[in-house]
This record gives sequence, C-alpha cells and structure tokens, in this order.
Amino acid sequence: MNWIDLLILVVQCLVIAIGVTTGFAYLTLFERRLLARLQNRVGPNRAGPNGFLQPAADGVKLFFKEDIIPAMADKPVYLLAPAMAVIPAIIIWAVIPFGCLNINWDYRACFTQDGAGLRNILQIADINVAVLYILAITSIGVYGITLAGWSSNNKYAMMGGIRASAQLISYELALGCAVLSVVMTYGTLSTREIVYAQGWSAGGIWGIVPQLLGFVLFIIASTAEVVRAPFDLVEAEQELAGGYNTEYGSMKFALFFMAEYIKLIAVSAIAVTFFFGGWHFPGLEILGREVTALFGPVAGAVVVGLLSLGSFLLKVVAFLFVSVWVRASWPRLRYDRLMDLGWKWLLPLGLINIAYTAVVFVLVPTQRLAAFVLFGLSLITLAIAGSFSSTPKPVDNVTYVQDTKRPAGD
Amino acid sequence: MLGELFKGLGTTLRYMFKQPVTVQYPEVKRPVRERFRGRHELKRFEDGTERCIGCSLCAAACPADAILVVAAENDPANPRSYGERYAATYEINMLRCIFCGYCEDACPTNAIVLEHQYELSFYDRRSSIYTREMLLVPPDKGHGEPPPILLQLQRRPSPPAQIDL
Repeated sequence: MNWIDLLILVVQCLVIAIGVTTGFAYLTLFERRLLARLQNRVGPNRAGPNGFLQPAADGVKLFFKEDIIPAMADKPVYLLAPAMAVIPAIIIWAVIPFGCLNINWDYRACFTQDGAGLRNILQIADINVAVLYILAITSIGVYGITLAGWSSNNKYAMMGGIRASAQLISYELALGCAVLSVVMTYGTLSTREIVYAQGWSAGGIWGIVPQLLGFVLFIIASTAEVVRAPFDLVEAEQELAGGYNTEYGSMKFALFFMAEYIKLIAVSAIAVTFFFGGWHFPGLEILGREVTALFGPVAGAVVVGLLSLGSFLLKVVAFLFVSVWVRASWPRLRYDRLMDLGWKWLLPLGLINIAYTAVVFVLVPTQRLAAFVLFGLSLITLAIAGSFSSTPKPVDNVTYVQDTKRPAGD
Repeated sequence: MLGELFKGLGTTLRYMFKQPVTVQYPEVKRPVRERFRGRHELKRFEDGTERCIGCSLCAAACPADAILVVAAENDPANPRSYGERYAATYEINMLRCIFCGYCEDACPTNAIVLEHQYELSFYDRRSSIYTREMLLVPPDKGHGEPPPILLQLQRRPSPPAQIDL
C-alpha cells in the first residue's frame, strides 16, 4: 500500500465520518419536522429557511452547556462511556457499500462477482467477513450504554442501563437469525457480493423476495437493537427520567444521541444492503454502458457511481421515513411483552426461517425458483403467525366483596 | 392485533396531509375575545378630557397592590378632568398585576379599562412599571363605553360616568 492509497483511505474515512455525523444532524431535523406533520403540528421552522439551521443551533447550544460530572460517579468509566457508544456506531459504516464509483474508471467492474479491477471509493473496506463484522460491532455498542448507566451512580440510569443490556442481548439472537438466513441465501459474508447477487446481472431479485420473513424479523429486531420506538423503553422518559443518559449533559449527552441516530441510519443502510438491492436499480448497467459509449469510460464510471449513491440514499431515507412514521403511530411496549416478543416469537420464527432457507436451497434446483418458493413459504408463515392473537386475557386482580344488602346471586 | 397497528399507521399518515393546526404566533395573531383582559388603558371623554379623577378607588380595589395613584388639585382655568382632582401620577406595576379587572369595576368614571393588548414583555424590572403617559390613550381616539357587563344587565353606569353617555 503506497502513500496515495493511504491518503485516499484517510480521506474516505474522514468524509464518511463527517458525512454520517451531518446525516445524524439532519436526521434529527427530518424526524422533528416529519413527526410534527404526522401529529398535526408544524415543527421547528424558525432557525434558517424551513428550520434548516436548527441542527447547527442545537449543536451550538449543547457545546455551550455546563459540563457536569456527578460527584459519586465512577469518573473514568463515566467519561469513557459516551465514546464507547458512539465509536461502534460510526465504524459500522466501514463495510457498507453506498454505491459503486470505480476509480479505475471502468463501470463494468461493479457488475462482476469477483470484482476484478474494482476500486470502489464508495465502500471503505470490502472485507470477506463484512456481515460478521456488522454483527460484532452492533454487539459492542451495548457496552457504552450499560457502562453509562452503571457509572453515573443513579438508580434511574442504572435501571435504564440494565433494561438496555437485557433488550439488546435478547434481540441480538433474532437479528442474528435473520442475518444468517441472508448469508445462507447468498452464500457469502461479503456485503459487496450480497449487493451484486441482488443486481440485474445476477438475476435481479432483491433480497426481500427470498427473505421476506427474514426482512420482517430483521426490521423488528433491528428497531429493538437501536432502541427506537416502539421498543424505546430503555429511555422511557415517563418512568426512568431519561434512562441511562439521565446524568449526562452537554456534549456527552449529544454523543449518546448521536450514537443512537447513527445506528438508526446504519441499520437502515444494512437493511437496504441485505434486502433492497443495495445501490442497484433497474437499468443502471445499461445506463453505464450507454454513457461509456457516448462520453468515455470516466464519465460512465462517474455517472454509475453518483446514480448508485443517489439510489442507495433514497432507499435509506425511505426506511428512515418508516421509522419516524412508526414512532409517531405506535405506543411503547410493556417490558414483559417486549421479552415475550423477542424470545417466544422472533427467535422461533428466525429458526424456522433458517430451516426453510436450508431445506429449500437443497431441494429446489435453481436459485430463481428457490427465491419464489421461499417467498411463498414466508408469506404463509407470516399469515399464520399474524393470525395468532398473542394478547393474553387481562388477569382479574379485583377481590369482590359481597354486598350484604343485596340478595345473593345478583 | 396487526390490523390495529396498521390502522394506527393509517391514521397518522392521513394527518400528514392535513393542514397543521399550529398558529405561527409572531406572524399570525389570533384575535382575542371581546371581554379579554389585557393591558390597561386610561380613557378620555369625547372632548379629550381625562376620565380619571384621581379617586384611588382602583388602587384600593387592587388585590395585588399594583396601582399607585397620586392625585392633584385641578387648575380651575385649565382643568385636566371634570372632577375636583386629576391623577398626577398613575402607575401600574405589570409584574404585580394579575389582570383580575377589579380596578375596572371600581372605577366610577370608567376611566381604566383592560384592553386587548397582551404582549407585555420587558427587559428589566423598571420598565415593568407603566406610567400615566403610557396608559393614557391619545386625545383623538377613545372615550369609554359602558362596560359590557352593565350593558348586559341593562344598567346605567354610575353618575360621573354618564357625563357623555
């Protein structure tokens, strides 16, 4: 690796880190405006045109707030916890392909399985265990939250931290099952190859077709994993005074906030990569060929690169919209119901899905047919699971006292 | 259960396409009600003479002790009001005022009226005291009407207030 490569890598990392934090800032604005509209309000629209400078104003406010460390806190851990929460959220982006801008100026390399001659600057690290890396990094994220709750020496923060660790560990299993079935479908752990396999040149079937059940499980489990509504009881304001970050103020609080939102964008991006074709959209390859024929290979590669980036971002924004929409619509789950859902529903369904995937790919000869068979099986399974009413009868704890003035049996 | 969840999603989505109910305050101001009690005004008669006769009944009625009236004798050649005296100093401390309207009820000449201005913010406590010059309406506009409650009860105001009614 010569120094040019190193420089490119450093610039890539900087651009991604800054881009992701900017994305976080504007996601907060997006969420607040959209949430407001869904609730018949207007939302922040004062700072700048349409509230466009609101994130900057919020950032400035948080920077200038007083930085308090509680007297009884475990100081080193207390200071380390926000960093431990935010670092995994950012480094998860290393393996996600945002698009395909080949700086060897040949668009065709994007559409080959082995990626020969491909130097995609829209993906930092094309490693062969990318999916494993994603699972590992999302698991590390729980440390920051748990340590934050423990080190601030506050009972609400402690309870928030315990809730967080219990919830994250429970839903990690379902998430793992969903991701494992995706890996089984494509036979690879590399995110680039998973995206390639959903492209037009490899059959053009997005991951949601063979893995509909996997997608549903992934979305539910990953929403719980990033503690978004309706699984946000880690930071249930009404019960826990804010949860694990109760004792954090100023920029340290902003780091937790940032970790949470960056993780939300990250799981949306992962969902797009696994189930919605990554940066692919129909006709991209033809477009690349035509532009290359007309304007030369550099123009072709750049056009493919930018359009693929745009299509990826558009899909991610669609996911973020759904996330905000769900937050506006659904109430928070009760804690025992949350555990019920994770262990009694999502985990068995995940195991069933793995069994389906394994059996179907052995029994059905072609990949394409197998995808549709799996789609049908997933639909049937979801219909059966959805028709079960999991709502238990309310337990009657009222003790009736016999009214002496009334005749018995009334 | 799934049906209810999707119903909820549908409800919020429908609201997204509706006009928000928010009033964008500094640009859009909702009109207040007729009997709204806002900032006080000291009214005049139609000919421009002050209604206030400096009797201090408003200060006596005020439960928050927000009003200070210092009366002075009228100059017979050039009277400020139709009474013997007029209010040389008339101050209302808006930090103390609770906008109950008792001063309005106590006033024999309908001089003090709680009007519809409600934007009463200030930067320091000295400017919370509204003086006579600030409260008095300009000569060309404003002679008091009988308070709406009296109109409702079909009763005439007390005699001094009937001078131009």
